[in-house]
Amino acid sequence: MSATSVLYDAPGKAAKRRNVIYTVVFLVLFALAAWWILSVMADKNQLAAEKWSPFVKDSKVWTTYLLPGLGETLKAAALAIVIALPLGALLGIGRLSDHAWVRVPVGAVVEFFRAIPVLMMMIFASALYVQFSNVSSDLRPLYAVVTGLVLYNSSVIAEVVRAGILTLPRGQTDAAKAIGMRKGQTMGYVLLPQAVTAMLPALVSQLVVIVKDTALGGAVLGFADLLSQKDTIPANYGANTIATIVVLALIYIALNFALTSFAGWLEKRLRGSKKSTGAVLGADDADQANAPGAPANASGV
Amino acid sequence: MFDFLDSGQYDLLGAFWVTVQLTLYSAVGSLIWGTLLAGMRVSPVPLLRTFGTGYVNVVRNTPLTLVLVGCSLGLGQTLQFTLGGQDFKSIGFRLAVLGLVAYTSTFVCESIRSGINTVPVGQAEAARALGLSFRQVLTLIILPQAFRSVVAPLANVLIALTKNTTVAAAIGVAEASALMKKMIENESSALFAVFAVFAFGFIVLTLPTGLLLGWVSKRVAVKR
Repeated sequence: MSATSVLYDAPGKAAKRRNVIYTVVFLVLFALAAWWILSVMADKNQLAAEKWSPFVKDSKVWTTYLLPGLGETLKAAALAIVIALPLGALLGIGRLSDHAWVRVPVGAVVEFFRAIPVLMMMIFASALYVQFSNVSSDLRPLYAVVTGLVLYNSSVIAEVVRAGILTLPRGQTDAAKAIGMRKGQTMGYVLLPQAVTAMLPALVSQLVVIVKDTALGGAVLGFADLLSQKDTIPANYGANTIATIVVLALIYIALNFALTSFAGWLEKRLRGSKKSTGAVLGADDADQANAPGAPANASGV
Repeated sequence: MFDFLDSGQYDLLGAFWVTVQLTLYSAVGSLIWGTLLAGMRVSPVPLLRTFGTGYVNVVRNTPLTLVLVGCSLGLGQTLQFTLGGQDFKSIGFRLAVLGLVAYTSTFVCESIRSGINTVPVGQAEAARALGLSFRQVLTLIILPQAFRSVVAPLANVLIALTKNTTVAAAIGVAEASALMKKMIENESSALFAVFAVFAFGFIVLTLPTGLLLGWVSKRVAVKR
């Protein structure tokens, strides 16, 4: 805030008047837009009380649809993160290997899975399970979603881990060598523990990406997650599509906003403390790692 | 192995062309709306700042799938917004672009805002000392420098957008991933070949973008 508020002086008389005018103009435009949308909604009978009241009056809409859906979403996200974290750490360390025969293939795998849309991997995984496994058809959507998420996110996490290790000063490795540690010990006792602290905020904000991506399964693969309730609730409560979508959005926003805020709080706290010698990878660095070809080391190196 | 491509049954290039079109229209739209949002977020008017912050926080925490489904089911089918489209296909495409713009612009806004933060405070102070107004400071001094420093983050947003266009399959737009789903169902014997073709298509779309814009970002970066 301090850096941007320097763009303008403390408002004087004329500026204050102008700001009031902008505020009023914006309010009028905003009110017009809101009124227009509400009147269209009223036209299509989407504002009627019975379309919205089930969400506050009928507990069944929560116990039968919303909460089980949220449960499936969280289950898929939790499974994906639990599998992707160690896998991503391994891939990230593999990419830093001294041996080209480890480094190059791992790099190719990471770049490949970052370049492919996660939806395609889910569709592919779903077809794989149909052909080459006997996973029951009720479980298949969950398996496909988790597989797609793991393939994609482990390669993103690999980049975050690599960036985290690269932000550490060279002296850490040198010191470890000087006291006679082997490469594995250097990584396990010296580099990784510090890197993990540095990349915590980036990892937490990657969780938001995972939670959002589970919704793909609900829309395309028939996964019974929170988003798929967009069909079941309007079917049972009288075509209240808009009310349902608004409620679903509010649940996702509340969940992800909590995670985003937590990542921001963590970043601030870690930057303040002196526990790690390297730079802290912020929430934005996870966004960087989501794009193929781009190194996720915006800060630090 | 790849003989399903010659059968003439599938319009592979057509599907990827839809992907490219979705990407380009949404990229232009989100660049404009994202810049406006960034302008609001740093403006001296508190209400505009609140609106910008609120919009970004709400939209970037919503799954893109839900945004697109909201555009299609909510705006399209329930409220009958057609955005000037005539048939089912063009209405779906336009709604998808609307959803992608609404979502991607939040990431554009955050990139530009971080670019504004890289401009040294002294630049803005000097500009103000010359008597430039907020709009002049922003458009003549700050944004030109900010844009040059955010080419790389914007390239990442563009690549993410290219990949995100596949989500439009959820609302029935016939782009690459929708065709892939169809082909996997029909050509189940060539599962790996189908996946390889589409994976290759996306690598062709995303990797050059990253490399080219990475080079551009080094060229135009303000040396400080």
